[in-house]
Amino acid sequence: MTPMVVALAVAAGWPLARTVWLSFTDATLAGPADVAWIGFANYLEHDAGEWYGVLADPQWWHAVRNTLVFAVVSVGLETMLGLAIALALNTPFRGRGLVRAAVLVPWAIPTVVSAKLWAWMLNDEFGILNHVLLGLGVISAPIAWVANPDLALGAVIAVDVWKTTPFMVLLILAGLQMLPQDCYEAARVDGVSPVKVFLRVTLPLLWPALAVAVAFRALDALRIFDLVYVLTANSTSTMSISVYARQQLIDFQDIGYGSAASTLVFLTIGLAAIAYLRLVRLRPGETA
Amino acid sequence: MAAVVLRSVTKQFGLSPVLRDIDLEVADGELVVLVGPSGCGKSTLLRVIAGLEELTHGSIEIAGRRVDGLPPQERSVAMMFQSYALYPHMTAYQNMAFGLSLARYDRAEIARRVHHAAERLQISALLDRKPAELSGGQRQRVALGRAIVRDPAVFLLDEPLSNLDAGLRARTRLELAKLHRELGATILYVTHDQLEAMTLGQRLVVLREGRVEQVGTPLEIYRLPRNVFVAGFIGSPAMNFLDASVVSADVREVLCKLEGGALVRAAVNGTPLHRDERVTVGVRPEHLHQTSDPEAPLHGNVTVAEVVGEACYAYLEIAGARDGFVVARLDADTPVRAGTALQLHAPPERVHVFDAAGDALERSGMRRS
Ligand SMILES: Nc1ncnc2c1ncn2[C@@H]1O[C@H](COP(=O)(O)OP(=O)(O)OP(=O)(O)O)[C@@H](O)[C@H]1O
Ligand SMILES: [Mg+2]
Repeated sequence: MTPMVVALAVAAGWPLARTVWLSFTDATLAGPADVAWIGFANYLEHDAGEWYGVLADPQWWHAVRNTLVFAVVSVGLETMLGLAIALALNTPFRGRGLVRAAVLVPWAIPTVVSAKLWAWMLNDEFGILNHVLLGLGVISAPIAWVANPDLALGAVIAVDVWKTTPFMVLLILAGLQMLPQDCYEAARVDGVSPVKVFLRVTLPLLWPALAVAVAFRALDALRIFDLVYVLTANSTSTMSISVYARQQLIDFQDIGYGSAASTLVFLTIGLAAIAYLRLVRLRPGETA
Repeated sequence: MAAVVLRSVTKQFGLSPVLRDIDLEVADGELVVLVGPSGCGKSTLLRVIAGLEELTHGSIEIAGRRVDGLPPQERSVAMMFQSYALYPHMTAYQNMAFGLSLARYDRAEIARRVHHAAERLQISALLDRKPAELSGGQRQRVALGRAIVRDPAVFLLDEPLSNLDAGLRARTRLELAKLHRELGATILYVTHDQLEAMTLGQRLVVLREGRVEQVGTPLEIYRLPRNVFVAGFIGSPAMNFLDASVVSADVREVLCKLEGGALVRAAVNGTPLHRDERVTVGVRPEHLHQTSDPEAPLHGNVTVAEVVGEACYAYLEIAGARDGFVVARLDADTPVRAGTALQLHAPPERVHVFDAAGDALERSGMRRS
């Protein structure tokens, strides 16, 4: 136990503590040597009738909104799709092993590579998607999937769903294979309808596995960075809170302010995790 | 009308046959007990009838309707699984009520059925518990309850009482017998318990390696086992087998000589036998009696004497005995100890003779159907 706590403290605690400390200073990338303690000024400060700080930046709140929309919609879609595909893959059919392996391919590709791949496919001038849609006559003019602010977030979500659904499938499939098979035979003999079996047997029994999978994915989605950054760079229409923090830290070289944003990212995800665990535990009848 | 008709039912898993050419007719309202050694295909037979396994070939009729090819829910059977197959997240009550659709029964009727079944099985106090909070025997009764709340054409019960203690088993057995009488239900019942098989079954089906060895009333099978396997399988302790050779044989009687030289008479039709042919002589422990006749066919020294209350089982070392010894069921008051010399006699009409292939010779003066 003790070595683990020490390892955790060194690996996670130290950088975190340092980030939190920096967020209370005016450090910049140019001169981190002489830094001054400025309290909560990076977060929120009232000065000469104006509000300053991350929490006063509409850009930050926009990023929060983007991140939440992204997390809820993508994880929601991934869960539903993942459940459907896992159920399909859980019924025996010829070549199931091959299909199971094939399903995992999108997930096995590194995010940066698959994001780049999709950036090309979604490109308005040379992208294959527009080419195909134009060819089929579905659209009359090329669409700027990632450049159009109204479509960009949707495009990011779509690519994430494509990439991460396999992970969900895998987790849910593992959960499905843990379910007792004889129950299903009993239900078949008793003539219980498949819908009732799914709602009253499969879902409740799968719930713990599903909850873990969703928690995993949700925490991952809340700190989404690479996909957004590769597909749309610093575009405000898709900017997530992690991209926002990176912009402050690297592009604007404002370490203090960027650290404040990073600390807020950490707090947001932490709170989301706690809220989620509460929610899961409070579900009636699901205490083990 | 026959409730269940099996015709040349055959089931293979891959290349290995598990059920071979099984023919069986179960009458409406009949309770048929399936017995046989572990792995002989009893559960598989029930699963095939329920529709959980596809037939390799043959046909199945339930209540006059061809059902092989129909999905399980259209066969009108209720099954109790050997593994119980309870829903782990539901209470005992929910487990029993789950298969009763709201389309067929209203809520009050469902509650009435569940409570009634629970009462019979003495699990009323456990209805709010989940399977993980129940003992093996309690789970088993919940599983049995789940089967009996439905009213199907046929019940398939796979070792329904195997996990109960002796007292509870006897009571539940009586409940089942009563239930069977009241409902007039057709039941196929798998058990390993001799007492259950003998007392509950109107007919017994003895299976071995996926084949039917013998079908008959419990008494028929006890009295006239068709071969060495059935003779040894039914009855407890098992029948004693001794190697012997034929001295003389006619239509009424066979005289056999045991390895030790003693002569045994059996009232069986010996016409298929010839002099000096090797045969197996079978006598049940309960048919051996103590005698003072020094010419008694079986004599030897007691190696172990087990007193089990109402009886005393004496194990004698006797040459030619299949297991090296012969068991006799004697009166508990008989003063036998290890080392006592005993002379035993068996009435000829209780002695069985099996030919070299293991098939029983007919009892003389009888025709087997
Ligand atoms: N799904 C299966 N695939 C392959 N073989 C199987 C399968 N199910 C059962 N068997 C085999 O079929 C044979 C009969 O099994 P079954 O479960 O019917 O035996 P049983 O008579 O019920 O035994 P027990 O008294 O131990 O319950 C066994 O040899 C078993 O290994
Ligand atoms: Mg079995």
